[in-house]
Amino acid sequence: MKFWGYPRPDGRVGVRNLVAVIPSVYCATGVARRIAAQVEGAVALHHEVGCSQVGLDLEITARTLKNLGKHPNVGAVLVVGLGCERLKATELAEGIAPSGKPVEMITIQESGGSLKALEAGASIVRKLAQEISTMQREEFGLEKLAVATECGGTDAFSGIVANPAVGVAADMVIAHGGTVMISEVTELLGTEHLLAARAVNQEVADQICKVIWLSETMLARVSENDASRKRGALISTGNMEGGVTTVVEKALGGARKAGTSKFSGVLKYGESYPGPGLYLMDTPGHDAESTTGMVAGGCQVVLFTTGRGTPTGHPIAPVIKITGNSFTFDKMSDNLDINTGQVVEGTKTLQEAGEEIFREVLAVAGGKRTKAELLGHDELMSVWRPWPEHEAAYGCGQWA
Amino acid sequence: MAEQAIVIDPRDSVAVALADLVPGQMCAVKVGDGVKSVEIREKIPFGHKFALKRIAPGENVLKYGEVIGESTAPVEPGDWVHVHNLVSKRGKGRAGQEAGQ
Repeated sequence: MKFWGYPRPDGRVGVRNLVAVIPSVYCATGVARRIAAQVEGAVALHHEVGCSQVGLDLEITARTLKNLGKHPNVGAVLVVGLGCERLKATELAEGIAPSGKPVEMITIQESGGSLKALEAGASIVRKLAQEISTMQREEFGLEKLAVATECGGTDAFSGIVANPAVGVAADMVIAHGGTVMISEVTELLGTEHLLAARAVNQEVADQICKVIWLSETMLARVSENDASRKRGALISTGNMEGGVTTVVEKALGGARKAGTSKFSGVLKYGESYPGPGLYLMDTPGHDAESTTGMVAGGCQVVLFTTGRGTPTGHPIAPVIKITGNSFTFDKMSDNLDINTGQVVEGTKTLQEAGEEIFREVLAVAGGKRTKAELLGHDELMSVWRPWPEHEAAYGCGQWA
Repeated sequence: MAEQAIVIDPRDSVAVALADLVPGQMCAVKVGDGVKSVEIREKIPFGHKFALKRIAPGENVLKYGEVIGESTAPVEPGDWVHVHNLVSKRGKGRAGQEAGQ
């Protein structure tokens, strides 16, 4: 089983060949967006962090942005700084450089304002885009492919068909030597005994229980006053309208995205995976923070299940939208790629739906564009800011 | 498929409606390879849950073969099971903290 991708100098393989315009601080996000808008094939990795941060919070931001710059779907990078920020543009550019791809940098203050930075940045990005446009795809085995799994806008059919179908595809990716990630730890409460039983060893089992316990400790803290206690259900009104009542019910359905393979390890937020296998990444349930974490971790393609229907995409990784609800698929056909609702209707088996998703992963990896890409959706770019529970558990300086 | 509801795991105390269900109708429920019949007592929207058995207040409610929460009111077979009579035991306040440790 093979897919077509772009070989990178560091040995990794991209499924897209983009120029990433990365602001080192939120102050540069407007200029970064305008630069990217000037050049076909350029994307802005907009975010809201990069300054007034300390400790683990700053480390997570720095590492996530560096790993996104080093991501194999990115062929070249322009870092856009302001000039006085906490996360220096030079630090970010130097962190990305070891990937061997072209990396350039400008700052708005040195350029002499946003208009001059826009002009300078757009010229650089045009040059970079042309430079990487001659790169050709080659065939690679699935040991070079990592797939993120995510769910958003869950309804009752996400857990019954869409997530189990993604689980079938996840098992196929793993069986062919590839990598799969699941995350959204706040939405795994009540599944730790099932996930830990699938760990490759006791250490990984303990880590699975620890990250779920950390998120539950955070939830206990924030729901101490009566006003928030009523918000303790952790599920949205849309989930409830869709028939999901409790967080554990949502979690049992959500965990099915990970299929049935053994867990090779637990990854910290945005951390690169060490080798092929199934991983749990420690992210919250927020779709954008979770997806950005797994993409920074190296996932080139995202499988995103939705019951209610969502239009979101990520600037550097194609997002395949899958629903288990035929009504939603018909209603939101602008935004949804695959319908597994036929499994509920009895006209397709779960195995067939999973195989269809697996084939779509390989097609999209090889260049087929998803609906989120075609419509320019990039909302899933967001860097997580850790909770005090993580600072206490991991401290600072252990994430390098 | 002729069934209008599905049971995900044979141990479950609730079924999931595959269509909007109305009070008084006899609903064919798919359980594994078999089918059982349940008389629906309330309006059950598409995708929502109804009870397969009598559930006492404080009793665990099972879906996917696992505990998804506990009942807060007496529930009869065919009753709608949702936020009005089912609460999470996890992810909130002291109860959640204890369960996590």
